[in-house]
This record gives sequence, C-alpha cells and structure tokens, in this order.
Amino acid sequence: MTQHSSFPLAARSPGRRRVVGGLFGLSAAALAAPVLTACGGGPGGDPKTVTFGSNGADATPKKAYAAVTKAFTEDSGLTVKTNTVDHDTFQTSITSYLQGTPDDVFTWFAGYRMQYFAKKGLASPVDDVWDVIGGGFSEAAKQLSRGEDGKYYFVPLYNYPWAVFYRKSLFQDRGYEVPATWDDFIALAKRMKKDGLSPVTAGYGGGDSWSVLGAFDYLDLRANGYDFHMQLMRGEVAWTDKRAVRVLDLWRELTPYYQTGGGGRSWQDAAQSLIDKKSGMAVIGLFIGQQITDEAIREDIDFFPFPEIDSAHGLDAVEAPTDGFMLSRKPKNEDGAKKFLEFLGGARAEELYMGVDPSNLAANDQAKTDSYNALQTKSAELIGSAKHISQFADRDSDPGFISTVVLPGLVEWLGHPDDGTATLKKIESQRSRFFTS
Amino acid sequence: MSSATSPGRLSRGDRLFLTLVIGLPLLALLVFVWLPALASIALSFTTWDGIDLSDIHWTGLENYAQIFTNYPPFWPAVQHNVIWLLFTALLPTPFGIFLAYQLDRKIRFTRVYQTAIFLPMVLSLAVVGFIWEIIYNPDTGLLNSVLGAAGAGGHIDWLGNPDLNLWAVLIASAWRHTGYIMILYLAGLKSVDPALREAAALDGAGGRQTFLKVIFPALKPVNVIILVVTVMESLRAFDIVYVLGGGTGSKPGMELLSLLITDNIVGEAGHIGYGSALAVILLLVSLAAIGTFLVQTFRKEDR
Repeated sequence: MTQHSSFPLAARSPGRRRVVGGLFGLSAAALAAPVLTACGGGPGGDPKTVTFGSNGADATPKKAYAAVTKAFTEDSGLTVKTNTVDHDTFQTSITSYLQGTPDDVFTWFAGYRMQYFAKKGLASPVDDVWDVIGGGFSEAAKQLSRGEDGKYYFVPLYNYPWAVFYRKSLFQDRGYEVPATWDDFIALAKRMKKDGLSPVTAGYGGGDSWSVLGAFDYLDLRANGYDFHMQLMRGEVAWTDKRAVRVLDLWRELTPYYQTGGGGRSWQDAAQSLIDKKSGMAVIGLFIGQQITDEAIREDIDFFPFPEIDSAHGLDAVEAPTDGFMLSRKPKNEDGAKKFLEFLGGARAEELYMGVDPSNLAANDQAKTDSYNALQTKSAELIGSAKHISQFADRDSDPGFISTVVLPGLVEWLGHPDDGTATLKKIESQRSRFFTS
Repeated sequence: MSSATSPGRLSRGDRLFLTLVIGLPLLALLVFVWLPALASIALSFTTWDGIDLSDIHWTGLENYAQIFTNYPPFWPAVQHNVIWLLFTALLPTPFGIFLAYQLDRKIRFTRVYQTAIFLPMVLSLAVVGFIWEIIYNPDTGLLNSVLGAAGAGGHIDWLGNPDLNLWAVLIASAWRHTGYIMILYLAGLKSVDPALREAAALDGAGGRQTFLKVIFPALKPVNVIILVVTVMESLRAFDIVYVLGGGTGSKPGMELLSLLITDNIVGEAGHIGYGSALAVILLLVSLAAIGTFLVQTFRKEDR
C-alpha cells in the first residue's frame, strides 16, 4: 500500500503525461485543453454505461466501491465503468482531468475545493438529485454540498473525524490516562518517552506531507478557535499574526516527542508503529482503520479528542472531512449519471460501502448504524457533539497555497523546530499571490 | 531530390513529396515546439488559473520580480540544480568512463559486468524509485539496517532530512547515470583503431598515458556527446526526485527548477503564469549552457 501511493508515475500514464506536459508543452497542454474538451463531452456515450472516476486506489476503498457499483448495476441495469486513479495523483491532476474528458461521476471532497470547481464551471449542478436524496441529510451536510451560487454540486458519502488514536491495552498495561488538557498531553508524552516509546507517531514522507496538517489544524482550532482558523485558511489574516505564532510555539512543545525519521516515512508506516505498540499515540483520521488487518486489534484501538488548550474554545471544533461525488460538466450519460448519484446518496449505498470499509461514517442519516463498530459509534458521537466542523486545511483553504507554500514551510520547520518566525514570514509573503480576488 | 531531372524543375510528384517531407515535420516542429515555447514566454507575463482563456490577466514582469525576490524555494532550487550538474559531471560521468575503459580491456566476465552496470538504465524509472525507496526506508530500509540506525531515536532519515535527501537522491541518480555513460563510452572505445594502442605501446606509453594522451583525445565525438548528455540530464533532473519525493512536487532540501514548475502548473488551482515564468528561466539557463557549449565546439571545428 505504501509503495502504491508512493509511485503514482508507475501506476498510470495520466500522471506522467501531466508531468511531461508541465515540463515541455506546458502552455500547449493548457491552450489545447479547451479545444480537446469540445470534442470530449456531449452525446455519443453508451446509454447503458456510466463512467466513474475514483480516487479509491487502496485495497479497502477499492473493494468498497466495487460492492456499491455492483449493487447499482443489479438495481438499474446500467453498467458502471470505474476508472481508479491513485489518490495523490487524482488530486494533482484534477484540473486537467476535469477539462479533458472526465468520467461522468467522480469522487471529490466537500468544502472550498468543491466550490472552486463549481465556480469554474467544471462540474454540473445536481439539484434534481438532491430532490430525491435530500431527506436523508442534515442541514450541515446540505451546507457542505452547495456551491457559492446556492446550487448543489456535491453528493456526500461519508465523513470521518480526526482525533488522537491509541491502543487501549497499551494504556492499560502502562497505567496511562487519557489526557484532557494540553499540559496532561505533554506530560503523558514525556512519560511515554521515558518508557522507551515514540510518544507520537510521525509519517509525513514523500506524498504524505499533508498528514502534518491534522496537528496544525487542531492546535489552531483549540488555541484560537474555529473563526480564527477559518480566517487564516481563507487568507483573511496574516500568517505572522501572533495567534499563528502561538500555534507553532505549542507545536514546538510537542515535536521532541515525535517519532524520529518522520520525513521519510509514509503515514501507513507510522500507523503501523502505533498498531505494533512502538508508538503511543497518533494524531490521525479514522482512516487509520484501513491499516488494520487483524480484527482483534481493531477492538483494541480507541481515540480521544485532541486535548483542550484554551477553555474559551474547549473541544467545540472537530475536524471531520467529508468525501463524496460530483458530476462532470458534460457527462456523456447524464440521466444514467444522475441515477447513479441518487443511488450513491441513498442509505443503501452507504451501508454497502461501510460494510466493507468500516473506517468511515455514513453521511446519510437514514443509513443503518447498527453494524457500526465501537470506533464508528464513538466517532459519530464526537462529530454529533461538535459546534464547529472543519474539513481539513487543504479543503478549507486554497489547495495550491497549502501544497506549494504552507506544507513545504511547515515540513521544513518540523525538521528544525525554532520559534517559527522565519517560516511564518515566508508563508505570509506568499499569501497575496493566492488570495487576491 | 536526386530523382529531379534538372535543378529547379521538379515534377509534380516530387514537389508533393518534398512538401510532405519538409512540411509535416516543420508543422510538427512549429506546433509542438515553437508554439508552446512562445506561448510559455507570453504566459509568463500573465496570471492565469489555466481554466478559462478570458481569465488571463497581463501583469508584466510581476511574476519574475516575485520569483527572484520573494519565492523562498527558488534560490535553493537554482543551487540544487548547480550541485546536480557538478556532482554528475565530477563523479558518475568519469566513473562511467573509467568502467568502460576497464571493461574494454576484455577482462573475464566482461559481459556480466556490462549487463550488471547497465541494468539500472534498462529498468523503468518507477522500478528504480522503488528499489531506492526500499533502501532508504527509515524503519525497514537496507541502509539503516546495515548501519544499525533503524532503532528508535537513531533513525537516519535519508529522504526526509533536508540536509541529506538531495545527496541520497543524487546517489540514486548516479547509479543510473553511470551505466548510461559506460555504455556510450564502450561503444566509442570499440571504434578506436587497435593500431593506435599498439603504436602507443611501442612508444612505451603506460595504460594511463595511453588513455589520457591517445584514446581520450581520439574519442572527441563521444566525449562531446557525453558532455551534452550530462548537462542535459542535470538540467532536466526531475523524474527520480519526483518519484523518491512521493510524487507530489518539491520537498524541502530537494527543490529543483523543474519541480517548482510542475508545483505551480500541475495540480488544483494552477498558477500557469507563475509556472511559465519559472519555465522560461529554466529555458534561458539551458540555452545559455548549450549555446556556450556549441559555440565553443564549432569555433574549434572551423579552425
């Protein structure tokens, strides 16, 4: 799995094609794109087939999507042609993918990232799909599925919370207690280090550098609150603001307890070290469950919310990214694609998906939750109790800003955590390039 | 052309043939090389998200000013490209030549050695990246196991540490490059007239002298090719860094101009204008390197 996500070039040609395009024929590719799409869309597709672009390339989601599409085919008689692309590659090539000949329905994320493509006209509104599925969703989910123009562009499938994960048996054996506040958290980390553990797993090597944002988001949400976090994400406040400086100060307290060598390790390897009890805790999403192959261990995994830093904000925010589907701008089989979306937004698709991949929570309220394991139930409670739900830094903000400015800056800083002034100054100096209009 | 009956009077078929033979490549050259190059130059003075043509806004030299004064990864990238060039020119290239010279002396198992050394060049890049990722993995990697640095606390983070990772990638790149140079040089050595060696031996030249004073100068065309290959490989250095960096653009410590270009152009919310400006800078650097070199070579030829 590790290798899979590390070698997108190997896995498929579009990645390589984009690379070559980027290097040599960069503007030709860009200039030619609108021309190419002219022949791409429109009628001519097979009315019996819906194409589906999926970023679920890892074994578990792939199997889960297969179960969902199979059930849809049995129900409707429409064949679903799934085109699976490695997760990271899917994200990097999304703009050109959507301008070329995209699949009718494709997997995507809620939040700023969805709204961006809706605004650019690279996706079709799906209001009529929502007329059918709307009853199953909460107001918050509806809010997440609308573009800036108020139309629906997104059908949610699931969400999952980020939290601090640990192994119950390890905590029991060593007599560790779940920390409620930041000071307890640091004290626990210190104790774990003394006991010969890596207190906090770290795996942000290669394409996995996004995973450090979980800690950043929570530190900011807990220390400065949801409103400030969103202002920071949307480029409305300076990154040199003293509240942002405080985030790095807090982070600097924690970094000595990070597992060493994180810059060269994948998140999966880091998760494995928690599962193997070499590390004590992991700041990660519920998708850590995808790394578990032994059901006995799944029972032993638990989490606690990221600890309180400022009592004014408490634990009121939960980071819970929502994944789902969008409709491309000129689907070849629009009716079929909408039928497929209606199916995907329904309770049955959710149940089928969660049946294979128990590391997510159904977004549709009508989906049965009795098959949920303890972790899923607890996750649903955590999300249900939240006053604010954030998506994830690269979904709440301009992804280009996050991936080319914030991430390299933070990863470099993690190598030598100082007071962060220089890092934040570098990030701030780039902000205006991304948030002008 | 030899089929023309007299100069200046071509038959209709000949003219059609010539039009096709010259016209098509010319068209391809214009469309696939010159148009993109010129469009990049034009786009480098604009901002554009790469989606609607109407969103292209003229900004003059703004992109360049930003890149030179306020783009943190730019100067490290330039520095890394220079390091890459110097490293490749000073280590794997001479080493490849050395290996070729040794293998050409018909030692035993020479075929086996040739195959072994050339093998990395035959492997697809993905496999090369895969192999080196296994070697450099901080927990289970070959290198850390051999060095005893895989335990908690003692990790050597080959690909994650910004002070180390460029060198780690350079080694992987050298592994490939050496075999490439070796095979090129071996082909050249095969064409050297054995009489030259005999003459040198008769004059009492040792192995080293023979190579430096006789063989090396005699292989000038091959040397030129190798120099060009080395410079080109260094300037376009991209693939192996991209693969070992996880396939998502530049990483601290491993920034390269080519990676910065893709960072800005490929991906969500692309900055085509900014990336184009970076591409133009790389183009100018390449042209300067190759131009200097060509002028040097041809000046000597003319004499």
